[in-house]
Amino acid sequence: MTHEAGTTHVAGYAPAAALAPDTMVVPALQARGLNKRYGRVVALDNADFDLMPNEILAVIGDNGAGKSTLIKALTGAVSPDHGEIWLNGEPVAFKSPIEARNLGIETVYQNLALSPALSIADNMFLGREKRREDFFGRMFRTLDKTYMQKMARQKLTELGLLTIQNINQPVETLSGGQRQGVAVARAAAFGSRVVIMDEPTAALGVKESRKVLETILRLKERGLPIVLISHNMPHVFEVADRIHIHRLGKRIAVINPKRHTMSDAVAIMTGAMAPPADEAA
Amino acid sequence: MSDNATGSAAAERGLAEAEPGGVASFDNADRGPIRRLQEILHQYPTSIPFIVLLIGVVIFSFAAPGKFLAPFNFSLILQQVTIIAILGVAQTLIILTAGIDLSVGVIMILASVVMGRTAVVYGVPVEIAFPLGLLAGLACGFVNGLIVTKLRLPPFIVTLGTWSIFGALNVWYSKSETIRQADMQESAPFLQWTGTIFKPYDFFARMGLDLGFLKGWVLNYGSIVMLLVAAVIWYVLNKTAFGRHVYASGDDPDAARLAGINTDRTLIGVYALAGFICAIAAWVLIGRIGGVSPQAGQTANLDSITAVVIGGTSLFGGRGSIVGTLVGALIVGVFRNGLALSGLELLWQDFAVGVLIIVAVTIDQWIRKISS
Repeated sequence: MTHEAGTTHVAGYAPAAALAPDTMVVPALQARGLNKRYGRVVALDNADFDLMPNEILAVIGDNGAGKSTLIKALTGAVSPDHGEIWLNGEPVAFKSPIEARNLGIETVYQNLALSPALSIADNMFLGREKRREDFFGRMFRTLDKTYMQKMARQKLTELGLLTIQNINQPVETLSGGQRQGVAVARAAAFGSRVVIMDEPTAALGVKESRKVLETILRLKERGLPIVLISHNMPHVFEVADRIHIHRLGKRIAVINPKRHTMSDAVAIMTGAMAPPADEAA
Repeated sequence: MSDNATGSAAAERGLAEAEPGGVASFDNADRGPIRRLQEILHQYPTSIPFIVLLIGVVIFSFAAPGKFLAPFNFSLILQQVTIIAILGVAQTLIILTAGIDLSVGVIMILASVVMGRTAVVYGVPVEIAFPLGLLAGLACGFVNGLIVTKLRLPPFIVTLGTWSIFGALNVWYSKSETIRQADMQESAPFLQWTGTIFKPYDFFARMGLDLGFLKGWVLNYGSIVMLLVAAVIWYVLNKTAFGRHVYASGDDPDAARLAGINTDRTLIGVYALAGFICAIAAWVLIGRIGGVSPQAGQTANLDSITAVVIGGTSLFGGRGSIVGTLVGALIVGVFRNGLALSGLELLWQDFAVGVLIIVAVTIDQWIRKISS
C-alpha cells in the first residue's frame, strides 16, 4: 500500500499546502471540518475527507450516517455551513454541481442521470454538446454529430464496453449494466480529476456488477482517482485501496482493506467496535 | 496499451459468456413476431402514422372512386390542414417536454387580431403591425413558460388559465369586431398573402419544366409557410443542442438537470417559441379567411393536440417528431375529407377521429413498454 498518507494527518484543518512534509502527496480531493445542519438534524459534524491521487477510496456508512450529504457537499449539490474543500491543493467552493463538473469532478449518480429515449451518443454529450466548427455551427448552431459519435464510441472502447453495436440506439434498449457503462464512460470522458460513483452496482446482477467493477479498475489504471460509495462489502473490499468509514456525520476511521475484515468494517460502521487507533482519522 | 487491449478482450469474453446465459434465454422466451414488430415500431415510431395515412388513402380511393384521388381534392385537404399542422408543430414542442398547451388556438386568434386590427382599424403600417402580432404571440408563450417554470404549476392548469386570460384580452382588443376581407385588401394586403393561390404546374412550366403530374394541384402560400416552419423546427429539434435538451427535459427532467441542462430555461424557450409559431399560424389564418374574426378557430386547440397524438408523439414527453405531426394532421384531413366524399354524415368524421386518437395512444403505450 502506498497510500498511508491519508491516515497520517490525524486531526487538523490545515490546507493541503500546509500539510506535514512527510505526506508529500497532495490529495486529489480533500475536505476539513465540513458541517451541515438541516434544522435540528446534524447531517455533517466536522467531517473530514481525503482522496489521494490514483486510488479507489470506498465510502461506507450506515443509512443516515451522512455519507450522501458528504458526497453532495463534495460535488456542489449541497453547500456546507462550515468547512473547507481543496481540489488538488486549491481551495474550492462549489455553488452548483455544474461548477464542480467544470472543474473536473464527475459524478455517476445512482439513478444514472441518463435520458432513456435519447441515444448513447446524445446521452454522453448531454449538456455539453459540441457544435460544428464551420459556418453552419457558428450561424445555425449545428451540432457536430459525427464528432460526438466518434468520441462516444472511442470512450466506450477504451473502457472495454463496446459490445454495444449501435451508438445511436436509445439508452432504454440497453441492459442495466450497459446503461451503467454509458454513465461511467461519460464520467470518464469528462472527469479529468475525480470520478465519484454512487452505488454503481446496487441495481445490477452478478455478471453485470463484475463488469462495472472491472470498469472501475480500468478507470483507475488510467490514473483517475475514484470515490466509490457502496453498501456492498464484497465489492468494496475487492476494489478499494482504502475505506472511509462514516458514522454519525463524520469520518470515524479510514481502514486498509488488506488489514481488516468485512466484519471489522461493519462493526466500526455500526459502532460495535472502536475505530482502530492507528487508523482513526 | 497492451494492458488495455487484453483488458477489453477479457471484458468482451466476459460479456460473450453472459449472452447465452441469463439475458439471452430470457429474450428468446417472448421473441415472437409481435415482439419483433414492437421493436421495429419502437425504432421507427413515425412509421405508424405513415401506415395509417396510406391505409386511409387506399380505403377512400375505393370508397369515393374518382373524387378522392383527384389532385384538386388533395390540394383541398392540404389547404384545410395547414393551420392545424402549424399549430401542431407548436404543440409538438410543448408535448415533447411532457406538457400540453390549451392556449395555442387563442394565441393564434389574439395574434391575428393584433396584426389585423392594428393595421386596418388603427392605420399602423403593416411593417409594424405584423411584427407586433408576432411579438404578441411570443409574449403569450413566454408568459405560459414563466408560469409553468417559476410557479411550478402543471402546464394543463397554466394554459387552461391563460386560455381564458388571452381570450379575454382578445375580446378587449378586438371589441368582438370582425375585419372584412375588403377592408383588409385595401390597407394591409400583405396579411392576406398566405392565402394567395398558385398552381405548381404553371410555376414550373414558366421555368420551362413540363411536370405533368403536378397538373390540377392548387396550393397556397400558407402551405409553403407551413412546410418552412416545420423544416426549421425539425432542424432545431434534431440538429441543435437546444433540441436535444427539449427531448431530455421531457424524457426525464431530473436526469436532464443532473446532466447540467437548465430545464427551466429550456421550457421557457419552448413555450415562447410555440407562442411565436402560433402567431405565424395567425398570419396563415388571415390568409385563409381573408379577414380577421375573433371567433375563428374555436376547435384549433384540440385539433392540434389530435394531430400531435395521431402523429405518434407521446403525451408523456421525450418521444415524437415534427414529421409525425405533419402526417398526423394529414391523417385527420384525409379521414374527414374521405368520409365526407363517401357520403357519410359529419358525425361519423368526429367518430373516426376519436377512434384514431384512442388507437394512437394505445399503440404509443404499447411501444413504450419495451423499455421496462
